[in-house]
Amino acid sequence: MKISPSKIISLLFFIFSGFYLYTAHQIQVFTFDENAAFNAKTFPIYLGYAGLIFSALYIILPETKPSNVDLTVLDYKKTITLVILMILYGLTILRVGYFLSTSIFLVLSYIVLGERKWLWIFFLSFPFVAIFMYLLHGLLNIYLRDPFLQLIGVMG
Amino acid sequence: MIEGILIGLQTALSLKNLMMVMVGCFAGTIIGMLPGLGPMTAIALMIPITYGFEPSTGLILMAGVYYGAVFGGSTSSILINAPGIPGTVATSFDGYPMAQQGKAGKALAIAAYSSFAGGTIAAIFLLIAAPSLSKVSLAFRSPDYFGLMILGLTAVSAFSAKGHFLKAMMMVVLGLMLASVGQDTLSDIPRFTFQNMNLSDGISFVLVVMATFAMSEALTIIFKANDPTRVAKQISLSQLGSIKLDKEETKKMVTTIPRSSVLGFIIGVLPGAGSTIASFLAYGMERNFVKDEEKQKFGKGSVNGLAAPETANNAACSGSFVPLLTLGIPGSGTTAVMLGALLGFGIQPGPRLYQTNPEIFWSVIMSMYIGMVILLILNLPLIPYIARVLATPRTFLIPLILFFSVTGIYLMSFNNFDIYMMIGIAVVATILRLYDFPMPPLILAFVLGGLMEENLRRSLLISDGSWSFMYDRPLTLIIMLTILTIVAWQIYSGFFKKKS
Repeated sequence: MKISPSKIISLLFFIFSGFYLYTAHQIQVFTFDENAAFNAKTFPIYLGYAGLIFSALYIILPETKPSNVDLTVLDYKKTITLVILMILYGLTILRVGYFLSTSIFLVLSYIVLGERKWLWIFFLSFPFVAIFMYLLHGLLNIYLRDPFLQLIGVMG
Repeated sequence: MIEGILIGLQTALSLKNLMMVMVGCFAGTIIGMLPGLGPMTAIALMIPITYGFEPSTGLILMAGVYYGAVFGGSTSSILINAPGIPGTVATSFDGYPMAQQGKAGKALAIAAYSSFAGGTIAAIFLLIAAPSLSKVSLAFRSPDYFGLMILGLTAVSAFSAKGHFLKAMMMVVLGLMLASVGQDTLSDIPRFTFQNMNLSDGISFVLVVMATFAMSEALTIIFKANDPTRVAKQISLSQLGSIKLDKEETKKMVTTIPRSSVLGFIIGVLPGAGSTIASFLAYGMERNFVKDEEKQKFGKGSVNGLAAPETANNAACSGSFVPLLTLGIPGSGTTAVMLGALLGFGIQPGPRLYQTNPEIFWSVIMSMYIGMVILLILNLPLIPYIARVLATPRTFLIPLILFFSVTGIYLMSFNNFDIYMMIGIAVVATILRLYDFPMPPLILAFVLGGLMEENLRRSLLISDGSWSFMYDRPLTLIIMLTILTIVAWQIYSGFFKKKS
C-alpha cells in the first residue's frame, strides 16, 4: 500500500500537535491564575487540539486532490549545497563580519548555480556588498558589526 | 469644513511641503523595497529629520514616506515574492505569478493604479467622514475584534486551491502555534522557549515571511530547476512585458477598486485591524465576487486578485489615520510611530485636534491625496526599470534573494540563531510547498496570532469564561454569521457543487 506524502506530512503534524499540546499543558502559570477563565496556556491548548483535529481529518478522509510530485527531477545536490552555504554564512556573519562573509557567500552561490562570468561574479559580490553596506551603514545609519573591516581600519 | 479643506490645501500645496511629499514618497519607495525595512522603520528613520520642520511639514513628510514604503513593499512582493511587510503579503499571491508569466511591468502598473485609486477614494472618505467614523470605530469591542480575526482566517479558504482546505487549516494552526512562541504578553510567562533566551521575544514576522516566501521560493526554483514545466516558467521570467493595460483588464479593475476601497477603509478605521487584515479580506471577498472563470485564475496571476489587496491596503493606510487623528488611538504599528512623532511635536491628537490645530488635521489629509498623485507620477515611469530586476539571470537572482533574506533578519537581531531558524523554516516550507500546503494562511495566522489571543483573553475574562460573547452583541453575531456563511459556502462549493 502506497501512502501519499501529504498524509505522511499530516501524520508528522499530528505528532507535532500532540507534542505541542503536551508542552502547552506543562506551561507554568501563576497560582492565582490556575483557575482563571483565561491564562497563559489556554490559547495554546486550544491550538494543540485544533492541530490534532485538522491533521487527523486529513489522514482519515480520502484526498480530493492528491499532489503529484516527480521526485526524480528534483535537484537535491544544488539545493542542499545552497542550504549548507547559508548555514556557513550564518556561522561567519558575526565572527568574520558582514562584508567578507556576504561577499564570499555570494561568490560561492553564483559558482554553485553554474555561473562562470567572473567579472559579473566579482561585481555582484564585493563592490555590490560595499555599496549596500554604505546605503545601510552610511546613509540610513543602521549599525553593521564588521570585525574584518574594523581590523583593516575601513570601519571605525 | 470647507474652510478647513482650504487651509489644508494651502498648507499642503506650498512649495516646501510639495517637495517634502516628493522626497518622502521617493525615499519611502526605496526603503520599502529593502527587506526587513517596512513603513514603520521608514517613518522611524524620518523622525529625527522631521523635528527640524514645522509639525505639518514633518507630518506631510512622514505621510509621503508611509505611502512610498507601502508601494515599495508591493514591488518586492511582486518581483521576488518577498513581502517586507504583512500588508503586502496578499499582493504576492497574484502579483508574483503574473511576474513569472512575463507580465512584471503590468503587475507593477496594476499595483500602482490600484494603490492610487484605493488611497484616493479613502482620502475622500477621510475628508468627508473622519469625525463621525471615529464614533463607529469605538463601537468595536474585544469579541468583535476576535470575530474579525476569525473572519480573516476563514478567508484562507479562499486562498487555498480547491481540495486543499484541510491543508490550509493545518497551516493556519501552524502559523498560530509559531506566533505563540515567546513570553505571554500579559503575564510574561515563557511559552515554548525551551529555556532558550533567543526565543523569549518570540519569532519575528520578517523571519517567518522571508523564510516561507522569499527563501523557500528561491530554494524551490533550484529544487525544481530540472522540472520541464518549471524551465518554461523561467524563460518567461526574463520578459518584462508592457505596462499598458488593455480594456478587459481596466474593466476588471474598475469593478474591483471601489468595493476593495470601501472595505479597506472601514477595516483601516478599526484600531488594531490595519492594512494586513484589509488586504486579506479584500482578496477573499474579491474571489467570492468574481465569476467562476476568473475565480480559477486566483493565485495564478489574476488582475482582480492583485488589484483587490493593493487597493485595500492603501485604503486601510488612509483609514488608519481616522483613529489616530480623531481619537489619538493608533490603528497600526506605523501610526503608533506617527503618534509618537506627533507627541514629540507637542500635539495631542484627539477629538479636539481639528478645532485646536485645523491646519495640521486638514493639511495631513490633503497631503495624502497629493502624495498619491506624486507616487503615481514618480513610480509609473520607473516601472520598466524596477521590473528589470527579473531580467537578472537566475544564477545571480537566487543568491541575491537569499542574501536579502538573511540581511533582513541580520539587520533586525544581529543574531546567528535567527538566521539558523530562518533556514530551518525555509527548508520545511520548501517541502510543504512541494506538496501544495499553502503558505499565505500560515502567514496571516502568524500575524493575527497575538491579537487573536489578546482579544479572546479579554472576551473570556469579561464574560467570566463563557463563550456566549460570540453571540451576545449584534455586531459580534453578524461577524460570526458571516464566518459561518463563508464556511458553508466553501463546503458547498468544494463538495456538493463538485458532485453535482
